[in-house]
Amino acid sequence: MIVAERKPINEILGMIKDAKRVLVLGCRGCVTVCSAGGEREVEILASLIKVGRKKEGKPIEIIEGSLVRQCDKEYIDSMDKWDGQYDAVLSMACGVGVNFIANLRPMVNVYPAVNTSFFGGSMDQGVWVEQCAGCGDCVLHLTGGLCPVARCAKSLMNGPCGGSQDGRCEIHRDVPCIWQYVHDKLESLGRKEQMLALAPIRDWRSAGHGGPRKVVRDDLTV
Amino acid sequence: MSDFTPNIQVFCCHYTSQQTLAEGAEGLRKDGFPASVTINRLVCGGKLRVSSLLAAFEEGADGVYVVACPPDKCHNLMGSQRAAKRVGAVKKALAELDIEPERIEMFHLERGFHPEFVAVAQEMDQRIKALGPSAIKGDAK
Repeated sequence: MIVAERKPINEILGMIKDAKRVLVLGCRGCVTVCSAGGEREVEILASLIKVGRKKEGKPIEIIEGSLVRQCDKEYIDSMDKWDGQYDAVLSMACGVGVNFIANLRPMVNVYPAVNTSFFGGSMDQGVWVEQCAGCGDCVLHLTGGLCPVARCAKSLMNGPCGGSQDGRCEIHRDVPCIWQYVHDKLESLGRKEQMLALAPIRDWRSAGHGGPRKVVRDDLTV
Repeated sequence: MSDFTPNIQVFCCHYTSQQTLAEGAEGLRKDGFPASVTINRLVCGGKLRVSSLLAAFEEGADGVYVVACPPDKCHNLMGSQRAAKRVGAVKKALAELDIEPERIEMFHLERGFHPEFVAVAQEMDQRIKALGPSAIKGDAK
């Protein structure tokens, strides 16, 4: 899922300092699952904004809402029921949601209430860890299913580097060296010789270095 | 500040408040339970939501506190630990908003021990009286 985290409340209050009526808009997709921007977080943020503005002596009117997703046009259309009722929208979706509202509702002042962190999963309750960099050219079949792009501090394609010590990363000592992990996993699966294959120089255009990426499925377009 | 009667909301679990509620209003007054404190009973501390704590401030509370079981003796295992985390989240948010974080507190008490329940109410009453009215009310400062 896309993992996000709410921005500091003062940063959010700064964005909407001139607004008198704000729509706080959650998303029932990834940010609900990672407890950053679902209905419950909308309720909390709305309360925090009201408390913050009350303290400043500038009360504010808040509408609380959420969409099934903010990354599809059909769902953005359902925002229209609040037309004329707000000066600004605080989107609690990932950056995709904020962009979609900005694209599809050009006259709406939309602001991000969360920082979009990474693609990851929950390892423990309340702990999320990056697992995938969305680089567009997956190599997981070569690495025992463990991603060196997202999980190696240097995104090495031929690891480990000389800084791998006792199975830990030299950049972050609390993080396991993913290349050590790849080695151990391939060995236990009887595929250790895969480590000897040299990965060629990587073409990073698919990772976004060539501008915004696009996927077109001819079988689905109409 | 002596004429200030705070509005204090306590959220307490069923188990820690049992004895107190059995006293009735008259009994509580006799035991010294402050008139400033309003009891909101929960089935378990784990049921408490961050938004309920914030709503109490929004609705005019000068102070809010939570009473639940000791962390390692919660009737529902993790309920009081969850409540403590949520109080911590509101404390942090109040500090970010430059509002005294001491306006909210968590207390872990043994179930059924009534004098301790009264004592923390008196502690919060004194604390909030010393802090004065909440700035969130809009009529302070």
